[in-house]
Amino acid sequence: MVSQVLLPTDNEPRTTDDVAISCTGVIKDFGEGDAKVRALYGIDVDIHASELTLLIGPSGCGKTTLISIIAGLLNPTEGEINLFGTPQSELRGRKLVQFRAENVGFVFQQYNLLPALTATENVAVPLLIQGWKRPAALKVARETLVAVDLEQRADQFPSQLSGGQQQRVAIARALVHQPRLLVCDEPTAALDGKSGRTVMELIKKVAVQPGRAVIVVTHDQRVFDYGDRIIEMADGRVVRVASDAAEIAHFAEKVSA
Amino acid sequence: MNWIAWKMLTGDRAKYFGTVFGVAFGVLLISQQTSIFVSLMRRTAHAVIDVRDASVWVMDPHQQNADEIKPLSDSDLNRIRGVEGVAWAVRYFKSLARAKIENGNFRQVVLLGLDDATLVGAPVKMREGSLANLRRPDAIIVDKAGYEYLWGQEPVRLGRTLEMNDHRAVLVGICEATAPFQTFPVVYTRYSQAVQFVAGERKVMSFVLTKPQTGISDQTLAERIHDKTGLMAQSRREFMWFIIGYYMRNTGIPINFGITIALGFIVGTAIAGQTFYLFTLENLKQFGALKAMGVSDLKITGMVLLQATIVGVIGYGLGIGMTALFFESTGGITALAGFYMPWQVAIVAAVAVAFIIVLASFISLRKVLMLEPAVVFRG
Repeated sequence: MVSQVLLPTDNEPRTTDDVAISCTGVIKDFGEGDAKVRALYGIDVDIHASELTLLIGPSGCGKTTLISIIAGLLNPTEGEINLFGTPQSELRGRKLVQFRAENVGFVFQQYNLLPALTATENVAVPLLIQGWKRPAALKVARETLVAVDLEQRADQFPSQLSGGQQQRVAIARALVHQPRLLVCDEPTAALDGKSGRTVMELIKKVAVQPGRAVIVVTHDQRVFDYGDRIIEMADGRVVRVASDAAEIAHFAEKVSA
Repeated sequence: MNWIAWKMLTGDRAKYFGTVFGVAFGVLLISQQTSIFVSLMRRTAHAVIDVRDASVWVMDPHQQNADEIKPLSDSDLNRIRGVEGVAWAVRYFKSLARAKIENGNFRQVVLLGLDDATLVGAPVKMREGSLANLRRPDAIIVDKAGYEYLWGQEPVRLGRTLEMNDHRAVLVGICEATAPFQTFPVVYTRYSQAVQFVAGERKVMSFVLTKPQTGISDQTLAERIHDKTGLMAQSRREFMWFIIGYYMRNTGIPINFGITIALGFIVGTAIAGQTFYLFTLENLKQFGALKAMGVSDLKITGMVLLQATIVGVIGYGLGIGMTALFFESTGGITALAGFYMPWQVAIVAAVAVAFIIVLASFISLRKVLMLEPAVVFRG
């Protein structure tokens, strides 16, 4: 059973047809003049709520740039992103920062836990950012750690945890404030096969909830079968979208072949 | 977020203590060297500092400091007494003399001759004996440090004698006195006695000490004396700075200490600033993660400034504490008598450390604020 604390605030049951995020003609250029490099060439893609979307492709194809734009960490050069019905162009400056704090959870490849904080304290950080009182934030953080099966490690520091455990703490941190969008960047890249699968199972089981969009950037072929939808990118373009089970299975087989 | 900033700062004890001690070391360098410089400069004006009862000093118009003295004539004293607004005016003698002790050893001493009738300029605090004994024949009072320079660590024994210019002098008291610049013993005696302790000259009156009547400022009286007599007259404070100014202009002390203090400031800035800057740089990824998670630039700025303030305050406290401990532990050393940390130096060090920390914070902050939160996705 999924802990109540991990459910998104807007937790009305939705179908997988719900489009949570819609990207239309998204272009991203870095640099200026002769040094200008185009990273994304007019991306048109929808991210659906209540499912796990894998964003795959070779290094340098624009995956990280795309999720950075979707999560509001980078601005697109052109194009429009619609986040849960709100055009991202309406979210600028402080509004965008607040939107991220309330609606986006992040899982990073290198975990990015604060080494000076215990597991519980790390998980409480998003709540503290939102202005929660520390005792209340720590209480909810501790409950969230139970959901990722780390209650025994609640008072340990990141340096005392294995890579897989650290990533589970990072997942708990990403979900503690019940975000509507969870962005995971190569969450299994630094883990061995077993730990990687544990992390993906956890994301699939705990993170994917009605009303929540989950995007996992990966080129770890071992985890393709966890996706409900796979978006393949190459050279700054979306080259293929696989959404039904047969397509995904075929996709996974093709890539592994 | 303040709590997270505190935890980030203190989480890695080695880095935290390194940063704090960097600041503390910088403060120690600045405050200790500045204090020694100030104390040394203060010593040049020891004679003026120790005369508490007169507020205006009158001297030859070409006088440049308190050690190279062109004596005044007795008629000058009468002319000064005739100036409107003078409450009283008395003689004051100051010279170097050679004192020979019982075993044949000798030392140069600072000989101060006080007006026989009033003893204006007498030491304020006696450690042994009584000031009244100075009226006895051949009587002298020596400062505590001077006694040690003359007789070493021998127990204080009043009544012992020394010889100056073939005249016998009898020790009748030990007093506290501001240490002179050259660490010579300070010997007090009556004016009439002092002139016998040095080789005779036609004119012997080094200074005239005066005080204005009630309602007249020291400056006003000094100006009046100068206008009426043509002599140089300065208030006690002016004369003190006049002497210090002479040594500042004519010796290498300010340059040497200035270099040391500047080096202290630069080294202190470099150590404190660099350690804090490196601390922030090492946490850049963490700040990036916090920015990605929705911490505003304003809050990040607050976090960095809070960390800087904590480091600055604790480092400053430790640095000033170490300086205070240095002067406390060396206070009993005769050669270092009178060396202390003026409160103004503590303020200067506080301003310096604030400058260092603010500078380091803003350089660090620039990095943090320029940081794209998307950096957290780059491996």
